[in-house]
Amino acid sequence: MITTTVTLIFPEGMHARPASELVKLAGKFNSEIRIGQNGKFANAKSILGLMSLGIAGGTPITIECDGQDETEAMEKVSRFLTETA
Amino acid sequence: MAEFVTVADVFEEMKLELVNQGTGLERKVETIEVNRPGFALSGFLMYYPSERIQILGRTEMAYLHSLPEEDIKDRVLRMCSFENTPCFIFTRGLDIPAIFMEASEKSGIPLLRTHHSTPRLLSQITSFLEIRLAPETLVHGVLVDVYGIGILMTGSSGIGKSETALELLKRGHRLVADDAVEIRQISDDTLVGTVPPLLQYLLEIRGLGVINAMTLFGAGAVRTHKRIEMIVELEAWEEGRPYDRLGLDDVKKKILGVELTSVTVPVRPGRNLAVIIEVAAMNQRLKRMGYHAAKELSEKLLSSIQDQG
Repeated sequence: MITTTVTLIFPEGMHARPASELVKLAGKFNSEIRIGQNGKFANAKSILGLMSLGIAGGTPITIECDGQDETEAMEKVSRFLTETA
Repeated sequence: MAEFVTVADVFEEMKLELVNQGTGLERKVETIEVNRPGFALSGFLMYYPSERIQILGRTEMAYLHSLPEEDIKDRVLRMCSFENTPCFIFTRGLDIPAIFMEASEKSGIPLLRTHHSTPRLLSQITSFLEIRLAPETLVHGVLVDVYGIGILMTGSSGIGKSETALELLKRGHRLVADDAVEIRQISDDTLVGTVPPLLQYLLEIRGLGVINAMTLFGAGAVRTHKRIEMIVELEAWEEGRPYDRLGLDDVKKKILGVELTSVTVPVRPGRNLAVIIEVAAMNQRLKRMGYHAAKELSEKLLSSIQDQG
């Protein structure tokens, strides 16, 4: 399993649209991908779970990837969270 | 998981009165247990649990007043000298001696008061702390109440947990949480699942998006929380994989250290999962009542073999 912490770029935080985009992205990988902060994590393939975290923009979020394609998943997911605007 | 609550949380929840104005409300409460400091007042401070909320009622105060002046001062000063005492709470709206006010002001420990009796406050405060300080986790899954049995459905994304929940709703069962379930351990062997407030009564169905179970199916179709009694794990059917065919041994899985009965149900097109889950719930109830179909079959078989021999 690999873990990274990044800062969420979306100014409005993890609201409905970015969450649905992230779920689409996460669904492409076999790895289990978890996202969270302050010890509260949700499965990145679950839209409601992601939205329940209520992550604000500009705050640090932790990504955990576990599985065969974890390296690629981590790269794509962290790029999505830090570069897509 | 909340590791502590502040005195301010207790103060607001219990609707207490703050006697010594000033700071101290940010102090942390880290234990569920509270203490009635009878022995401490008598001067015996060995094993004094100073980290607990200290509750003084009519007995304690009457005893304190029965002591000579210098003893009162000594005991109060010693009790107020502990850095880690969150606060003192006086019950029945009792008068607080001036020396207590002075000593607590110096050490910054808040003095709170309630008009309730001590036993009443004790039970309220313990249940509040039990809930707030209970170990907690967020699980990816769906929690449903089927015939009164709380079933947590888990399984990888897209396996059909939400769709199964929808079918169960149509059959008159109730939804607690879809996708994200907050689980609290409220006692040694009890787990209670709730829905994160933002997601209350929502379900996500691929192709339909987010739907609200309560507006669609009515208030009777949802619950805010439910004790979790079993786990049903859905997994993709794999040819050649050995599945449990008898159900003789109960498989257990641990969540937050609590063991729950777990069944693994393979998913294949055309298998009616809702029916299987309904039956799993009823079977769990039967087992709880003392009837175990697989065991009975096994015993009958054994005795018939013995009869032959």
